[in-house]
Amino acid sequence: MSLVFTGICSHGPGITGRADLAPPELRDPFFAAYHAMRDALHATKPDAVIIVAAEHFANFFMNNMPSFAIGMADGYEGPIEDPDWLRIPHRTVRGDAALSRRIIAEVQQTVDLSYAEEWKFDHGIMVPLSFLDPENTLTVIPANINCQGPPLAPLARAWAFGEALRRAADAVPERIALVATGGISHWPATPDSGRVNEAWDREFLRRWALNDRALLTAYTDAETYADAGQGGFEIRTLIAAAAAARGPGTVHFFAPIPIFSTGCFIATAEIA
Amino acid sequence: MSLYQLSRLLFELNRDRALQDAFTADAAAVADRYALTEEERGAVLQPDIGLLYVLGVNGQILMHFAAFRQIAWADYLQMMRDGVRQHGPVRDGVYAMTSGLDEKVAGV
Repeated sequence: MSLVFTGICSHGPGITGRADLAPPELRDPFFAAYHAMRDALHATKPDAVIIVAAEHFANFFMNNMPSFAIGMADGYEGPIEDPDWLRIPHRTVRGDAALSRRIIAEVQQTVDLSYAEEWKFDHGIMVPLSFLDPENTLTVIPANINCQGPPLAPLARAWAFGEALRRAADAVPERIALVATGGISHWPATPDSGRVNEAWDREFLRRWALNDRALLTAYTDAETYADAGQGGFEIRTLIAAAAAARGPGTVHFFAPIPIFSTGCFIATAEIA
Repeated sequence: MSLYQLSRLLFELNRDRALQDAFTADAAAVADRYALTEEERGAVLQPDIGLLYVLGVNGQILMHFAAFRQIAWADYLQMMRDGVRQHGPVRDGVYAMTSGLDEKVAGV
C-alpha cells in the first residue's frame, strides 16, 4: 500500500546491557521516548517493518562485504551476543520471505544489493526491537548498509537506497513501516567509549529534521571519522530513512548518555 | 601480519556456537585453522584483549569476543588502554584510541 511510518533510533548494546548504570534522569526520558515511538509505530498497523541497520559483523564480513543487503527469510534469530551480556533474551523474529522478495526486486531497479536467506540479528537490531516490539509480534525485514568495513558506499548512495526502499514500500499492497538505527557521533567498543560530539550530533539531527539531501550528504568520511568517530559512519542508515520519508522530521529525544557509549536519540519523520 | 585472518577467526567464533564449543575445548586447535602470526596466535589464546586491540581488530568484533570470554565492560575498556600502554598505538583499522591513557570518558 505505502510507507506508513518512518523513525530513527540509537541501538548501542549498553542501552540494555548497562541500563542500570545510567543516570535515571537521562535514561528514563530516553526509554519513555522509545516507548512512545513503539506506540506510534504500532498505531500505524504495519504489516511489516523494514529495519535499516548497520550491523556489526553478525553476518557480513570482509570476505564478501555487501554495501547494501536485505534479508529474505521467514524468520531471523537473535541476538548473536551473549544474552546475559546484552540482557535481551534470545528470540526468533518473524520474517516474510515472499514480501522481501518483492521489495528486493523493486529496490534492484536502481540499487545493486545483496539478499540474504540467513541473517542473525545483533544488538543493532535487537536493542531497538526490545523496545519497539517487546511482545515479538511484528514481521521484520532486515536491511543493512555497510558502515563497518571501509571502503563504504558514499552517502549519496545511502540516500539512493532510501529512495529505492520508499519506491518498493509504495509498490507492494502491504503497509510498510521503516525504522533506521545507527549512531550519530560515537567511538564505540574502544577505550573512548562514551565520548560524544554533542554539537556535531545536534547539527546532524537539524539537517535530518530538515530532510535536506544536500546537507545530509555533504559529510566526507574523513570529516566524519575525525569529528564523529568510526561510529559516525552509521549516519548512512539515518540518511536512508530521510530519503524514504521525504518529509520533515521531529526529534523527540536527544542526550549524550556516556555509559551507553553514544548520544541517544529518537526521531520520526513525516511521510511526504 | 594477517589482520584479516585474525579478524576472520574472531568473526566466525562470535557467531558460531559450535565453533565456540570447539574453542572452549581446544582453543589452539581452532587457532591452527587460520594463518596467524605467532603474535596474533598468542593474543587469541591468552586472550590478550589489549594486544588484539593494538593489532587493529575491529572494535565491534573485539567487543563481542570479550563478551564471549565473560570479560566485564569496565575490564574490557581497561585491557585496551593497558594494551596501548604496553604495545603502543593501534596499528591498523579504524578503531584507534583518541582519549588519554588514564582518561575514563564514561567513568569506567
